[in-house]
Amino acid sequence: MNPYLRLLLMVAILAVWEGAARLLHVPAYILPPPTAVAMGLYRGIASGLYVEHVWITMLETFLGFLLGASAGFALGTFVALSRRFEYYLYPVIIMFQAMPKVALAPLIIVWFGLDLTSKVVNAGLVCFFPLMVNTIVGLRSADEDRVSLMRSLAASPTQIFWMLRLPGALPSIFAGLEIAMIFALIGAIVAEFVGAQAGLGMLIQSMNFSMDVAGQFSVLFILSLIGLSLNAIVLAIRRKVVFWDRPAPENRLGGKP
Amino acid sequence: METETETHARELIAVRRLTKRYGTAVTALEAIDLSIDDGELIAIVGPSGCGKSTLLRILAGLMPPSEGEAWLHGSRIEGPRRDIGVVFQTPVLFPWRTVLANVLLPIDVQRLGRDKMQAAAMNLLKLVGLDGFENHLPNQLSGGMQQRAALVRALIHDPSVLLMDEPFGALDAMTREQMNLELQRIWMERRKTVVFVTHSVGEAVFLADRVVVMSPRPGRIIDTLEVDFPRPRPLSVMNTEAFGVHVSRIRQALNATGGLE
Ligand SMILES: Nc1ncnc2c1ncn2[C@@H]1O[C@H](COP(=O)(O)OP(=O)(O)OP(=O)(O)O)[C@@H](O)[C@H]1O
Ligand SMILES: [Mg+2]
Repeated sequence: MNPYLRLLLMVAILAVWEGAARLLHVPAYILPPPTAVAMGLYRGIASGLYVEHVWITMLETFLGFLLGASAGFALGTFVALSRRFEYYLYPVIIMFQAMPKVALAPLIIVWFGLDLTSKVVNAGLVCFFPLMVNTIVGLRSADEDRVSLMRSLAASPTQIFWMLRLPGALPSIFAGLEIAMIFALIGAIVAEFVGAQAGLGMLIQSMNFSMDVAGQFSVLFILSLIGLSLNAIVLAIRRKVVFWDRPAPENRLGGKP
Repeated sequence: METETETHARELIAVRRLTKRYGTAVTALEAIDLSIDDGELIAIVGPSGCGKSTLLRILAGLMPPSEGEAWLHGSRIEGPRRDIGVVFQTPVLFPWRTVLANVLLPIDVQRLGRDKMQAAAMNLLKLVGLDGFENHLPNQLSGGMQQRAALVRALIHDPSVLLMDEPFGALDAMTREQMNLELQRIWMERRKTVVFVTHSVGEAVFLADRVVVMSPRPGRIIDTLEVDFPRPRPLSVMNTEAFGVHVSRIRQALNATGGLE
Protein backbone atom coordinates (compact mmCIF):
# COMPACT_ATOMS: atom_id res chain seq x y z
CA MET A 1 0.00 0.00 0.00
CA ASN A 2 2.29 2.73 -1.23
CA PRO A 3 0.68 6.00 -2.42
CA TYR A 4 3.69 6.92 -4.57
CA LEU A 5 3.46 3.60 -6.37
CA ARG A 6 -0.18 4.35 -7.04
CA LEU A 7 0.68 7.69 -8.60
CA LEU A 8 3.57 6.14 -10.50
CA LEU A 9 1.23 3.59 -12.04
CA MET A 10 -1.07 6.32 -13.35
CA VAL A 11 1.85 8.24 -14.80
CA ALA A 12 3.17 5.04 -16.37
CA ILE A 13 -0.17 4.30 -18.04
CA LEU A 14 -0.29 7.82 -19.49
CA ALA A 15 3.32 7.52 -20.64
CA VAL A 16 2.75 4.18 -22.37
CA TRP A 17 -0.40 5.58 -24.00
CA GLU A 18 1.48 8.66 -25.21
CA GLY A 19 4.44 6.64 -26.44
CA ALA A 20 2.33 4.01 -28.20
CA ALA A 21 0.15 6.60 -29.95
CA ARG A 22 3.20 8.46 -31.27
CA LEU A 23 5.51 5.58 -32.12
CA LEU A 24 2.82 3.47 -33.79
CA HIS A 25 1.41 6.50 -35.61
CA VAL A 26 -2.13 5.83 -34.46
CA PRO A 27 -4.39 8.32 -36.28
CA ALA A 28 -5.77 11.03 -33.95
CA TYR A 29 -9.37 10.15 -34.89
CA ILE A 30 -8.86 6.64 -33.41
CA LEU A 31 -6.80 7.26 -30.31
CA PRO A 32 -5.22 10.68 -29.66
CA PRO A 33 -2.25 10.84 -27.25
CA PRO A 34 -2.93 12.22 -23.74
CA THR A 35 -1.17 15.48 -24.59
CA ALA A 36 -3.69 16.09 -27.37
CA VAL A 37 -6.53 15.37 -24.92
CA ALA A 38 -5.00 17.85 -22.48
CA MET A 39 -4.79 20.43 -25.25
CA GLY A 40 -8.42 19.82 -26.16
CA LEU A 41 -9.39 20.21 -22.53
CA TYR A 42 -7.47 23.46 -22.26
CA ARG A 43 -8.98 24.92 -25.43
CA GLY A 44 -12.49 23.91 -24.38
CA ILE A 45 -12.19 25.52 -20.98
CA ALA A 46 -10.29 28.61 -22.12
CA SER A 47 -12.82 29.38 -24.87
CA GLY A 48 -15.66 29.12 -22.32
CA LEU A 49 -17.31 26.43 -24.46
CA TYR A 50 -17.25 23.71 -21.80
CA VAL A 51 -18.34 25.94 -18.94
CA GLU A 52 -21.79 26.50 -20.40
CA HIS A 53 -22.32 22.81 -21.20
CA VAL A 54 -21.06 21.68 -17.81
CA TRP A 55 -23.50 24.04 -16.16
CA ILE A 56 -26.43 22.73 -18.25
CA THR A 57 -25.65 19.07 -17.56
CA MET A 58 -25.11 19.66 -13.84
CA LEU A 59 -28.42 21.54 -13.62
CA GLU A 60 -30.29 18.73 -15.40
CA THR A 61 -28.63 16.15 -13.18
CA PHE A 62 -29.36 18.02 -9.99
CA LEU A 63 -33.01 18.79 -10.80
CA GLY A 64 -33.57 15.23 -12.03
CA PHE A 65 -32.00 13.92 -8.86
CA LEU A 66 -34.27 16.06 -6.70
CA LEU A 67 -37.33 14.95 -8.65
CA GLY A 68 -36.50 11.24 -8.80
CA ALA A 69 -35.13 11.00 -5.27
CA SER A 70 -38.12 12.70 -3.65
CA ALA A 71 -40.57 10.62 -5.67
CA GLY A 72 -38.62 7.44 -4.88
CA PHE A 73 -38.52 8.29 -1.20
CA ALA A 74 -42.23 9.12 -1.05
CA LEU A 75 -43.38 6.01 -2.90
CA GLY A 76 -40.91 3.82 -1.02
CA THR A 77 -42.31 5.10 2.26
CA PHE A 78 -45.88 4.30 1.23
CA VAL A 79 -44.91 0.82 0.08
CA ALA A 80 -42.92 0.13 3.25
CA LEU A 81 -45.70 1.25 5.56
CA SER A 82 -48.75 -0.16 3.81
CA ARG A 83 -48.99 -3.81 2.84
CA ARG A 84 -52.10 -3.03 0.82
CA PHE A 85 -50.36 -0.32 -1.16
CA GLU A 86 -47.56 -2.76 -1.87
CA TYR A 87 -49.95 -5.53 -2.89
CA TYR A 88 -51.68 -3.49 -5.58
CA LEU A 89 -48.61 -1.68 -6.82
CA TYR A 90 -46.24 -4.62 -6.85
CA PRO A 91 -46.80 -5.84 -10.47
CA VAL A 92 -46.36 -2.32 -11.84
CA ILE A 93 -43.21 -1.79 -9.83
CA ILE A 94 -41.71 -5.11 -10.92
CA MET A 95 -42.45 -4.39 -14.60
CA PHE A 96 -40.88 -0.97 -14.35
CA GLN A 97 -37.90 -2.17 -12.40
CA ALA A 98 -37.06 -4.88 -14.93
CA MET A 99 -37.11 -2.36 -17.77
CA PRO A 100 -33.84 -0.57 -18.63
CA LYS A 101 -35.01 2.98 -17.95
CA VAL A 102 -32.56 4.59 -20.39
CA ALA A 103 -34.46 2.86 -23.20
CA LEU A 104 -37.29 5.27 -22.48
CA ALA A 105 -35.16 8.29 -23.38
CA PRO A 106 -36.37 8.60 -27.03
CA LEU A 107 -39.99 8.59 -25.85
CA ILE A 108 -39.24 11.13 -23.15
CA ILE A 109 -37.73 13.43 -25.78
CA VAL A 110 -40.87 13.11 -27.92
CA TRP A 111 -43.10 13.86 -24.93
CA PHE A 112 -41.12 16.62 -23.27
CA GLY A 113 -39.20 18.27 -26.12
CA LEU A 114 -35.56 19.02 -26.78
CA ASP A 115 -34.79 21.38 -23.92
CA LEU A 116 -34.17 21.04 -20.20
CA THR A 117 -37.44 19.36 -19.12
CA SER A 118 -36.91 16.10 -20.98
CA LYS A 119 -33.41 15.69 -19.50
CA VAL A 120 -34.66 16.36 -16.00
CA VAL A 121 -37.49 13.86 -16.41
CA ASN A 122 -35.17 11.20 -17.79
CA ALA A 123 -32.60 11.73 -15.05
CA GLY A 124 -35.40 11.56 -12.45
CA LEU A 125 -36.79 8.37 -13.92
CA VAL A 126 -33.42 6.62 -13.87
CA CYS A 127 -32.58 7.56 -10.28
CA PHE A 128 -36.07 6.91 -8.92
CA PHE A 129 -35.73 3.16 -8.38
CA PRO A 130 -32.52 2.90 -6.39
CA LEU A 131 -33.95 5.35 -3.90
CA MET A 132 -37.34 3.69 -3.70
CA VAL A 133 -35.82 0.25 -3.14
CA ASN A 134 -33.38 1.47 -0.51
CA THR A 135 -36.10 3.41 1.30
CA ILE A 136 -38.28 0.29 1.47
CA VAL A 137 -35.42 -1.88 2.71
CA GLY A 138 -34.35 0.72 5.27
CA LEU A 139 -37.80 1.36 6.71
CA ARG A 140 -38.57 -2.35 6.89
CA SER A 141 -35.31 -3.22 8.62
CA ALA A 142 -36.27 -1.65 11.97
CA ASP A 143 -35.11 -3.95 14.75
CA GLU A 144 -37.96 -5.96 16.35
CA ASP A 145 -36.80 -5.21 19.90
CA ARG A 146 -36.72 -1.49 19.19
CA VAL A 147 -40.25 -1.63 17.83
CA SER A 148 -41.32 -3.57 20.93
CA LEU A 149 -39.70 -0.97 23.14
CA MET A 150 -41.52 1.87 21.39
CA ARG A 151 -44.82 0.00 21.57
CA SER A 152 -44.31 -0.79 25.25
CA LEU A 153 -44.14 2.97 25.83
CA ALA A 154 -47.54 3.30 24.14
CA ALA A 155 -45.99 5.09 21.14
CA SER A 156 -48.27 5.79 18.18
CA PRO A 157 -47.41 4.45 14.70
CA THR A 158 -46.53 8.02 13.68
CA GLN A 159 -44.09 8.31 16.57
CA ILE A 160 -42.59 4.94 15.74
CA PHE A 161 -42.05 6.18 12.18
CA TRP A 162 -40.38 9.48 13.07
CA MET A 163 -38.43 8.40 16.12
CA LEU A 164 -37.38 4.91 15.06
CA ARG A 165 -38.04 3.78 11.49
CA LEU A 166 -36.91 6.89 9.62
CA PRO A 167 -33.63 7.50 11.48
CA GLY A 168 -32.96 3.75 11.34
CA ALA A 169 -33.48 3.81 7.56
CA LEU A 170 -31.09 6.72 6.93
CA PRO A 171 -27.95 4.62 6.30
CA SER A 172 -29.82 2.64 3.66
CA ILE A 173 -31.42 5.77 2.20
CA PHE A 174 -28.04 7.44 1.86
CA ALA A 175 -26.64 4.36 0.13
CA GLY A 176 -29.57 4.84 -2.29
CA LEU A 177 -28.81 8.56 -2.69
CA GLU A 178 -25.21 7.77 -3.59
CA ILE A 179 -26.33 5.50 -6.42
CA ALA A 180 -29.18 7.82 -7.43
CA MET A 181 -26.83 10.78 -7.87
CA ILE A 182 -24.66 8.92 -10.37
CA PHE A 183 -27.74 7.42 -12.08
CA ALA A 184 -29.16 10.93 -12.54
CA LEU A 185 -25.98 11.95 -14.36
CA ILE A 186 -26.28 8.89 -16.62
CA GLY A 187 -29.95 9.68 -17.28
CA ALA A 188 -29.19 13.27 -18.23
CA ILE A 189 -26.33 12.30 -20.57
CA VAL A 190 -28.35 9.60 -22.33
CA ALA A 191 -31.23 12.02 -22.90
CA GLU A 192 -28.76 14.53 -24.34
CA PHE A 193 -27.46 11.86 -26.71
CA VAL A 194 -30.96 11.32 -28.03
CA GLY A 195 -31.75 14.93 -28.62
CA ALA A 196 -30.56 18.17 -27.07
CA GLN A 197 -29.40 21.70 -27.86
CA ALA A 198 -26.81 21.87 -25.09
CA GLY A 199 -25.02 19.79 -22.47
CA LEU A 200 -21.98 17.55 -22.31
CA GLY A 201 -23.83 14.62 -23.89
CA MET A 202 -24.75 16.74 -26.86
CA LEU A 203 -21.16 17.98 -27.02
CA ILE A 204 -19.85 14.39 -27.21
CA GLN A 205 -22.34 13.67 -30.02
CA SER A 206 -21.29 16.66 -32.11
CA MET A 207 -17.58 15.98 -31.51
CA ASN A 208 -18.21 12.45 -32.71
CA PHE A 209 -19.58 13.76 -35.99
CA SER A 210 -16.59 16.05 -36.48
CA MET A 211 -14.22 13.19 -35.47
CA ASP A 212 -12.76 15.28 -32.63
CA VAL A 213 -11.76 12.25 -30.54
CA ALA A 214 -9.38 14.24 -28.33
CA GLY A 215 -12.30 16.55 -27.50
CA GLN A 216 -14.47 13.57 -26.58
CA PHE A 217 -11.80 12.26 -24.24
CA SER A 218 -11.56 15.64 -22.59
CA VAL A 219 -15.33 15.71 -22.03
CA LEU A 220 -15.19 12.18 -20.58
CA PHE A 221 -12.54 13.43 -18.21
CA ILE A 222 -14.81 16.27 -17.13
CA LEU A 223 -17.69 13.85 -16.69
CA SER A 224 -15.74 11.68 -14.29
CA LEU A 225 -14.74 14.79 -12.34
CA ILE A 226 -18.43 15.71 -12.11
CA GLY A 227 -19.30 12.18 -10.99
CA LEU A 228 -16.61 12.26 -8.33
CA SER A 229 -17.69 15.62 -6.95
CA LEU A 230 -21.39 14.68 -6.87
CA ASN A 231 -20.46 11.53 -4.95
CA ALA A 232 -18.30 13.56 -2.59
CA ILE A 233 -21.20 15.93 -1.90
CA VAL A 234 -23.55 13.08 -0.99
CA LEU A 235 -20.90 11.51 1.24
CA ALA A 236 -20.25 14.81 3.01
CA ILE A 237 -23.96 15.26 3.75
CA ARG A 238 -24.16 11.66 4.87
CA ARG A 239 -21.34 12.18 7.33
CA LYS A 240 -23.30 15.03 8.92
CA VAL A 241 -26.73 13.38 8.92
CA VAL A 242 -25.84 9.76 9.68
CA PHE A 243 -23.15 10.74 12.17
CA TRP A 244 -23.54 7.55 14.23
CA ASP A 245 -22.94 5.15 11.37
CA ARG A 246 -19.54 5.12 9.66
CA PRO A 247 -19.82 3.33 6.32
CA ALA A 248 -17.65 0.26 6.02
CA PRO A 249 -14.68 0.95 3.73
CA GLU A 250 -16.29 -1.21 1.05
CA ASN A 251 -15.11 -1.38 -2.50
CA ARG A 252 -16.09 2.06 -3.76
CA LEU A 253 -15.31 1.18 -7.37
CA GLY A 254 -17.74 -1.70 -7.67
CA GLY A 255 -21.48 -1.48 -8.10
CA LYS A 256 -21.51 1.75 -10.11
CA PRO A 257 -22.59 1.13 -13.70
CA MET B 1 -50.41 -13.91 58.50
CA GLU B 2 -52.39 -11.44 56.39
CA THR B 3 -56.06 -11.95 55.85
CA GLU B 4 -57.50 -12.62 52.44
CA THR B 5 -58.85 -9.07 51.96
CA GLU B 6 -55.60 -7.43 53.00
CA THR B 7 -53.65 -9.47 50.48
CA HIS B 8 -56.13 -8.46 47.86
CA ALA B 9 -55.92 -4.77 48.64
CA ARG B 10 -52.16 -4.83 47.96
CA GLU B 11 -52.47 -6.80 44.75
CA LEU B 12 -51.16 -4.85 41.76
CA ILE B 13 -50.93 -7.47 39.01
CA ALA B 14 -53.28 -10.40 38.68
CA VAL B 15 -52.94 -13.17 36.12
CA ARG B 16 -55.86 -15.59 35.85
CA ARG B 17 -55.95 -18.89 33.95
CA LEU B 18 -53.73 -17.33 31.32
CA THR B 19 -52.91 -19.45 28.28
CA LYS B 20 -50.93 -18.41 25.23
CA ARG B 21 -50.71 -20.40 22.02
CA TYR B 22 -48.65 -19.56 18.95
CA GLY B 23 -50.63 -20.95 16.05
CA THR B 24 -52.15 -24.31 16.85
CA ALA B 25 -48.97 -26.29 17.47
CA VAL B 26 -47.15 -24.35 20.17
CA THR B 27 -48.64 -23.79 23.61
CA ALA B 28 -46.20 -21.42 25.29
CA LEU B 29 -48.10 -20.83 28.53
CA GLU B 30 -50.81 -22.94 30.10
CA ALA B 31 -53.26 -21.81 32.77
CA ILE B 32 -50.96 -19.42 34.62
CA ASP B 33 -52.33 -18.03 37.90
CA LEU B 34 -50.23 -15.39 39.54
CA SER B 35 -50.81 -12.54 41.93
CA ILE B 36 -48.15 -9.87 42.43
CA ASP B 37 -48.29 -7.37 45.26
CA ASP B 38 -47.60 -3.68 45.02
CA GLY B 39 -43.90 -3.11 45.66
CA GLU B 40 -42.94 -6.75 45.38
CA LEU B 41 -39.79 -7.92 43.64
CA ILE B 42 -40.70 -11.21 42.04
CA ALA B 43 -38.36 -13.42 40.04
CA ILE B 44 -39.46 -15.95 37.42
CA VAL B 45 -37.10 -18.81 36.60
CA GLY B 46 -37.61 -21.59 34.12
CA PRO B 47 -35.88 -23.48 31.33
CA SER B 48 -35.35 -21.90 27.94
CA GLY B 49 -38.50 -21.74 25.83
CA CYS B 50 -40.92 -22.16 28.72
CA GLY B 51 -42.69 -18.90 27.97
CA LYS B 52 -41.09 -16.41 30.36
CA SER B 53 -40.68 -13.74 27.70
CA THR B 54 -44.17 -14.49 26.46
CA LEU B 55 -45.58 -13.80 29.92
CA LEU B 56 -43.70 -10.50 30.16
CA ARG B 57 -44.83 -9.43 26.70
CA ILE B 58 -48.42 -10.09 27.68
CA LEU B 59 -47.99 -8.10 30.90
CA ALA B 60 -46.44 -5.28 28.86
CA GLY B 61 -49.54 -5.27 26.65
CA LEU B 62 -47.48 -6.14 23.57
CA MET B 63 -49.68 -9.10 22.71
CA PRO B 64 -52.98 -10.54 23.88
CA PRO B 65 -53.35 -13.86 25.71
CA SER B 66 -55.17 -16.71 23.95
CA GLU B 67 -57.26 -17.46 27.02
CA GLY B 68 -57.58 -16.01 30.47
CA GLU B 69 -56.62 -12.51 31.42
CA ALA B 70 -54.07 -10.24 33.04
CA TRP B 71 -54.98 -7.29 35.23
CA LEU B 72 -52.99 -4.28 36.32
CA HIS B 73 -54.21 -1.63 38.78
CA GLY B 74 -57.64 -3.23 38.73
CA SER B 75 -58.15 -2.98 34.97
CA ARG B 76 -57.57 -5.52 32.25
CA ILE B 77 -54.38 -5.24 30.24
CA GLU B 78 -55.48 -4.70 26.64
CA GLY B 79 -52.53 -2.82 25.22
CA PRO B 80 -49.37 -0.99 26.26
CA ARG B 81 -49.69 1.13 29.40
CA ARG B 82 -47.77 4.25 30.20
CA ASP B 83 -46.91 3.26 33.76
CA ILE B 84 -44.84 0.23 32.79
CA GLY B 85 -41.10 0.23 32.22
CA VAL B 86 -39.54 -2.63 30.26
CA VAL B 87 -35.90 -3.76 30.23
CA PHE B 88 -34.96 -6.30 27.58
CA GLN B 89 -32.08 -8.74 27.47
CA THR B 90 -30.19 -6.39 25.16
CA PRO B 91 -29.99 -2.64 25.90
CA VAL B 92 -32.02 -1.65 22.78
CA LEU B 93 -30.58 1.85 22.72
CA PHE B 94 -31.02 4.03 19.62
CA PRO B 95 -27.54 4.63 18.16
CA TRP B 96 -28.43 8.13 16.91
CA ARG B 97 -29.44 9.35 20.35
CA THR B 98 -26.96 10.33 23.04
CA VAL B 99 -27.17 8.46 26.34
CA LEU B 100 -29.22 11.31 27.81
CA ALA B 101 -31.56 11.44 24.81
CA ASN B 102 -31.97 7.65 24.96
CA VAL B 103 -32.87 7.82 28.61
CA LEU B 104 -35.40 10.56 27.82
CA LEU B 105 -37.10 8.52 25.08
CA PRO B 106 -40.16 7.68 27.21
CA ILE B 107 -40.49 11.40 28.02
CA ASP B 108 -40.44 12.26 24.32
CA VAL B 109 -42.93 9.55 23.43
CA GLN B 110 -45.32 10.43 26.23
CA ARG B 111 -44.77 14.18 25.80
CA LEU B 112 -43.97 14.80 29.43
CA GLY B 113 -41.66 17.73 28.68
CA ARG B 114 -37.92 17.23 28.42
CA ASP B 115 -37.00 20.37 30.34
CA LYS B 116 -38.71 19.25 33.50
CA MET B 117 -37.24 15.75 33.31
CA GLN B 118 -33.65 16.65 32.48
CA ALA B 119 -32.68 16.94 36.13
CA ALA B 120 -34.41 13.68 37.04
CA ALA B 121 -32.55 11.95 34.22
CA MET B 122 -29.21 13.29 35.41
CA ASN B 123 -30.00 12.11 38.94
CA LEU B 124 -30.82 8.60 37.77
CA LEU B 125 -27.71 8.48 35.56
CA LYS B 126 -25.70 9.42 38.59
CA LEU B 127 -27.45 6.72 40.63
CA VAL B 128 -26.18 4.05 38.22
CA GLY B 129 -22.75 5.65 37.83
CA LEU B 130 -23.22 7.04 34.33
CA ASP B 131 -22.72 10.71 35.15
CA GLY B 132 -20.25 12.22 32.74
CA PHE B 133 -21.43 9.93 29.93
CA GLU B 134 -24.72 11.66 29.19
CA ASN B 135 -23.48 13.15 25.93
CA HIS B 136 -21.81 9.99 24.66
CA LEU B 137 -23.31 7.85 21.94
CA PRO B 138 -24.31 4.30 22.95
CA ASN B 139 -21.59 2.64 20.89
CA GLN B 140 -19.03 4.47 23.01
CA LEU B 141 -20.20 2.58 26.13
CA SER B 142 -19.46 -0.92 27.37
CA GLY B 143 -22.23 -3.55 27.46
CA GLY B 144 -22.76 -3.11 31.18
CA MET B 145 -22.97 0.67 30.88
CA GLN B 146 -25.47 0.36 28.05
CA GLN B 147 -27.66 -1.90 30.15
CA ARG B 148 -27.50 0.64 32.99
CA ALA B 149 -28.71 3.31 30.58
CA ALA B 150 -31.55 0.97 29.58
CA LEU B 151 -32.44 0.60 33.26
CA VAL B 152 -32.54 4.36 33.71
CA ARG B 153 -34.72 4.67 30.62
CA ALA B 154 -37.18 2.19 32.11
CA LEU B 155 -37.34 4.25 35.32
CA ILE B 156 -37.43 7.80 33.94
CA HIS B 157 -41.20 8.15 33.49
CA ASP B 158 -41.62 6.79 37.02
CA PRO B 159 -43.70 3.73 36.13
CA SER B 160 -45.18 1.67 38.94
CA VAL B 161 -44.14 -1.61 37.33
CA LEU B 162 -40.75 -2.67 35.99
CA LEU B 163 -40.73 -5.70 33.68
CA MET B 164 -37.24 -7.11 33.21
CA ASP B 165 -36.54 -9.93 30.76
CA GLU B 166 -33.14 -11.44 31.59
CA PRO B 167 -31.75 -7.91 31.79
CA PHE B 168 -28.26 -8.95 32.85
CA GLY B 169 -28.05 -12.23 30.95
CA ALA B 170 -25.56 -10.90 28.42
CA LEU B 171 -23.17 -9.48 31.02
CA ASP B 172 -20.09 -11.12 32.52
CA ALA B 173 -20.41 -12.56 36.03
CA MET B 174 -18.77 -9.67 37.84
CA THR B 175 -20.72 -6.91 36.11
CA ARG B 176 -23.84 -8.94 36.64
CA GLU B 177 -23.38 -9.09 40.42
CA GLN B 178 -22.74 -5.37 40.42
CA MET B 179 -25.95 -4.78 38.49
CA ASN B 180 -27.87 -6.98 40.93
CA LEU B 181 -26.68 -4.84 43.82
CA GLU B 182 -27.63 -1.70 41.93
CA LEU B 183 -31.07 -3.00 41.09
CA GLN B 184 -31.65 -3.87 44.73
CA ARG B 185 -30.57 -0.39 45.78
CA ILE B 186 -32.86 1.28 43.24
CA TRP B 187 -35.72 -0.98 44.20
CA MET B 188 -35.28 -0.17 47.90
CA GLU B 189 -35.19 3.53 47.11
CA ARG B 190 -38.12 3.64 44.70
CA ARG B 191 -40.27 0.68 45.72
CA LYS B 192 -41.34 -0.29 42.23
CA THR B 193 -43.08 -3.56 41.58
CA VAL B 194 -40.49 -5.60 39.70
CA VAL B 195 -41.07 -8.73 37.62
CA PHE B 196 -37.62 -10.14 36.94
CA VAL B 197 -37.13 -13.01 34.49
CA THR B 198 -33.86 -14.89 34.70
CA HIS B 199 -32.09 -18.11 33.77
CA SER B 200 -29.97 -17.95 36.88
CA VAL B 201 -31.35 -19.57 40.04
CA GLY B 202 -28.77 -17.78 42.19
CA GLU B 203 -29.69 -14.38 40.78
CA ALA B 204 -33.37 -15.09 41.43
CA VAL B 205 -32.84 -16.06 45.08
CA PHE B 206 -30.49 -13.15 45.68
CA LEU B 207 -32.87 -10.51 44.33
CA ALA B 208 -36.41 -11.66 44.91
CA ASP B 209 -38.98 -11.59 47.67
CA ARG B 210 -40.58 -14.49 45.90
CA VAL B 211 -39.34 -16.87 43.20
CA VAL B 212 -41.76 -18.45 40.76
CA VAL B 213 -40.51 -21.64 39.09
CA MET B 214 -41.88 -22.66 35.70
CA SER B 215 -41.94 -26.00 33.91
CA PRO B 216 -40.68 -26.59 30.35
CA ARG B 217 -43.14 -25.85 27.56
CA PRO B 218 -46.07 -25.61 27.93
CA GLY B 219 -45.04 -23.27 30.74
CA ARG B 220 -46.81 -23.82 34.05
CA ILE B 221 -46.01 -22.61 37.52
CA ILE B 222 -44.63 -25.61 39.42
CA ASP B 223 -43.31 -24.01 42.58
CA THR B 224 -43.33 -20.72 44.45
CA LEU B 225 -40.82 -19.87 47.13
CA GLU B 226 -40.63 -16.97 49.59
CA VAL B 227 -37.17 -15.55 50.24
CA ASP B 228 -36.93 -13.45 53.40
CA PHE B 229 -33.28 -12.53 53.81
CA PRO B 230 -33.06 -9.05 55.32
CA ARG B 231 -32.23 -6.17 52.98
CA PRO B 232 -30.01 -4.75 51.78
CA ARG B 233 -28.62 -8.16 50.97
CA PRO B 234 -24.84 -8.22 50.55
CA LEU B 235 -23.33 -10.47 47.88
CA SER B 236 -21.99 -12.65 50.71
CA VAL B 237 -25.54 -13.82 51.43
CA MET B 238 -24.97 -16.20 48.53
CA ASN B 239 -22.46 -18.12 50.64
CA THR B 240 -24.89 -18.83 53.50
CA GLU B 241 -26.46 -22.19 54.11
CA ALA B 242 -30.01 -20.84 53.90
CA PHE B 243 -29.25 -19.48 50.43
CA GLY B 244 -28.01 -22.90 49.34
CA VAL B 245 -31.16 -24.53 50.64
CA HIS B 246 -33.34 -22.24 48.55
CA VAL B 247 -31.22 -22.75 45.46
CA SER B 248 -31.26 -26.53 45.71
CA ARG B 249 -35.02 -26.59 46.26
CA ILE B 250 -35.53 -24.63 43.03
CA ARG B 251 -33.04 -26.84 41.20
CA GLN B 252 -34.95 -29.90 42.33
CA ALA B 253 -38.23 -28.49 41.08
CA LEU B 254 -36.62 -27.68 37.73
CA ASN B 255 -34.99 -31.09 37.42
CA ALA B 256 -38.15 -32.94 38.39
CA THR B 257 -39.82 -31.61 35.23
CA GLY B 258 -36.81 -32.11 33.01
CA GLY B 259 -35.63 -28.52 33.02
CA LEU B 260 -31.87 -28.12 33.07
CA GLU B 261 -30.11 -25.30 34.77
N1 LIG C 1 -43.66 -15.12 17.79
C1 LIG C 1 -43.65 -16.46 18.04
N2 LIG C 1 -44.20 -17.32 17.15
C2 LIG C 1 -44.20 -18.65 17.38
N3 LIG C 1 -43.69 -19.23 18.46
C3 LIG C 1 -43.13 -18.45 19.39
C4 LIG C 1 -43.07 -17.02 19.22
N4 LIG C 1 -42.46 -16.48 20.29
C5 LIG C 1 -42.15 -17.53 21.08
N5 LIG C 1 -42.54 -18.70 20.55
C6 LIG C 1 -42.39 -20.02 21.15
O1 LIG C 1 -43.00 -20.00 22.42
C7 LIG C 1 -42.19 -20.63 23.38
C8 LIG C 1 -41.90 -19.70 24.53
O2 LIG C 1 -41.10 -18.65 24.07
P1 LIG C 1 -40.50 -17.55 25.04
O3 LIG C 1 -39.67 -16.63 24.23
O4 LIG C 1 -41.59 -16.95 25.84
O5 LIG C 1 -39.57 -18.47 25.98
P2 LIG C 1 -38.57 -18.03 27.13
O6 LIG C 1 -38.98 -18.74 28.35
O7 LIG C 1 -38.48 -16.54 27.21
O8 LIG C 1 -37.21 -18.63 26.61
P3 LIG C 1 -35.74 -18.07 26.84
O9 LIG C 1 -35.40 -18.35 28.27
O10 LIG C 1 -34.90 -18.88 25.89
O11 LIG C 1 -35.75 -16.61 26.51
C9 LIG C 1 -40.93 -21.09 22.66
O12 LIG C 1 -41.03 -22.46 22.44
C10 LIG C 1 -40.93 -20.33 21.36
O13 LIG C 1 -40.46 -21.17 20.34
MG1 LIG D 1 -36.96 -15.12 26.77
